[in-house]
Amino acid sequence: MTETFTIRRYLRDMTLPFCAGCGCVTVMSCFLRAVHELGYQGLRRFVFCSGIGCSAWIPSPYFEADSIHTAHGRSIPVAAGVKLMRPDLNVVVFGGDGDIAGIGLSHLVHAARRNLDIMVVMVNNMIYGMTGGQVAPTTPLGTKTTTTPYGSFEHPLDTTRLVVAAGASYAARWTTAHGEQLKEAMKKALKTRGFAFVEAASPCPTAFGRRAGFKDAAEMLTWFRENSVPLEEADKMTERELAKKIVVGEYVSREIPTLTDNLYKMLREAEKSAKKD
Amino acid sequence: MTKGANPRTYFWQGNEACVEGAIAAGCRLFAGYPITPASEIAEHLASRLPQVGGVAIQMEDEMASLGAVVGASWTGAKAMTATSGPGFSLMQELLGYAFMTETPCVVVDVQRAGPSTGQATKCGQGDVMQARWGTHGDYASIALSPNSVQEMFDLTVRAFNLAETYRTPTVLLADEIVAHMRERIVVPPQHQIEVLNRRKPKPTEKEFFALEGVAPMPSVGEGFNVAVTGSTHNEYGHRFTADPAVHRRLVERLVGKIRNNARKLMDCECFNTEDCEVGIVSYGCTSRAVFEAVEMAKARGIKAGFVRLKTIWPFPDNIIQNLAENTKVVIVPEMNLREVFYEVERAVHGAVPVVSVNKVGGSEMITPEELVVEMERSVKKS
Repeated sequence: MTETFTIRRYLRDMTLPFCAGCGCVTVMSCFLRAVHELGYQGLRRFVFCSGIGCSAWIPSPYFEADSIHTAHGRSIPVAAGVKLMRPDLNVVVFGGDGDIAGIGLSHLVHAARRNLDIMVVMVNNMIYGMTGGQVAPTTPLGTKTTTTPYGSFEHPLDTTRLVVAAGASYAARWTTAHGEQLKEAMKKALKTRGFAFVEAASPCPTAFGRRAGFKDAAEMLTWFRENSVPLEEADKMTERELAKKIVVGEYVSREIPTLTDNLYKMLREAEKSAKKD
Repeated sequence: MTKGANPRTYFWQGNEACVEGAIAAGCRLFAGYPITPASEIAEHLASRLPQVGGVAIQMEDEMASLGAVVGASWTGAKAMTATSGPGFSLMQELLGYAFMTETPCVVVDVQRAGPSTGQATKCGQGDVMQARWGTHGDYASIALSPNSVQEMFDLTVRAFNLAETYRTPTVLLADEIVAHMRERIVVPPQHQIEVLNRRKPKPTEKEFFALEGVAPMPSVGEGFNVAVTGSTHNEYGHRFTADPAVHRRLVERLVGKIRNNARKLMDCECFNTEDCEVGIVSYGCTSRAVFEAVEMAKARGIKAGFVRLKTIWPFPDNIIQNLAENTKVVIVPEMNLREVFYEVERAVHGAVPVVSVNKVGGSEMITPEELVVEMERSVKKS
């Protein structure tokens, strides 16, 4: 790499909307660095889809690229429509845990099952941040939020494990305290043929940290660092020991025929048989 | 590459005709979710689209179906989905998104008897208002109503053409009877079928959400760096929610591009409307009983005419007003408990009485005899 990385190269000349200490900026930077290090000249070959929530604003409209900012939870189906018709384009989805693991969860599972060749970045701040800090499907048990003022009484979802079980080609989880690993995971996801999922635990000091007892974003990053457990170590730990831990690492990286591989093979055969008729 | 069906006469089911109409119009992506009585559309397209280089996929639900259609449309492809009332309800979310982002696409709603699961295999006409007001906010919709297998073909083509012309989702508001019956249909040669395509931007253009009318629509992957959002946006597609003027301008244009072209969009079959004692306003399967009823009434000395709505939305106020000026009473038969009736009443504006004939129950259509009885009663009263 001879060219130095400048984030501005990929962004429109606009002011970013994120709060001070928001992890979205780290995720944005990691992703664009990954793109840069893979040698892409700009984002011309990319289409970005996102739904509703703070992290949906990472690509839209800030990336100097095509971006489709969809309804809440529907970014993956819209991305599917793009990819089915334009398999030559890199289709990347950005979304929060509410968007991807809440309202849009069934789309995530089915995209992984189909091994739809897109990349999904789930920015997991464990809260509905944009609407003011309501409990999310990823909120740790016992956390105080605006809709669980006495502490959350639900178990959170392990989204990355779910995606692995559903059949994704690639899945990894890191936190924004692991910038280098997160960027490398994104590079690998970008190179993956098939469904690639990267979960980034991300601090929301405004809507999560404030009520959960964190002084600022730095304290949240310390919490991430101290409570992250590498996948290999987690295998040796009990469920009780793992409660409230963030298990980080590469969960899966495998070659499975992709949706568009299978589809276009079928289409070629169908066209051939139609010609014979 | 195999194109549309060979030009000749066929004996097809309505849903099959819809499929061939879609292919003739250039549809190249179908995404749907199974539902009676629309499933044949998914099944036939799954067989036919791959033969013409298109893609048919069954999604996990109706939101995903319309989502994939929207995504495909932004690649420049013509795309559609097909459903029935319960699925149409689920699609309202992304239908609103398609209105707001001006994404051309076609949604076929083969109506059945509702609400909710209702009578899944039986006919109803209860989605007329859902096709107009189903999603939230300010917008104007286009809905077409076929009453024959031939029109399942013809109006599907028109639905695509209008979607492309006005950059808007359009609804083919069919019903179980028209979709499931078999009839003779003539497929014209492809060159005789008018196929319209969206206007594409010049390489230097940047305003894809124009200040007036219908803007050119780029596709993703062409280097336009188009920003698409369901939030209130400016002419560049960038979210701009704080300024009341921007929102007002946007939604007034979304409504205006349909409303200002209402005369062009209206499409009615009129019979004897200039001189009749009783005028019938009908649409879809119900209109099939009207032809015979008018003949029967004539034999009994009643001068009857009818207006058949081929375009339901935008509503043809002026055509209904014209009918009201030339008749003594208007009858509105529907397989619901009054939907189009209220629109007719609004358009007639008290000039003459408006009477409704309603039948729900699914298995029973409104018969010509029932209509004649109402015609005799209404003429006597008027």
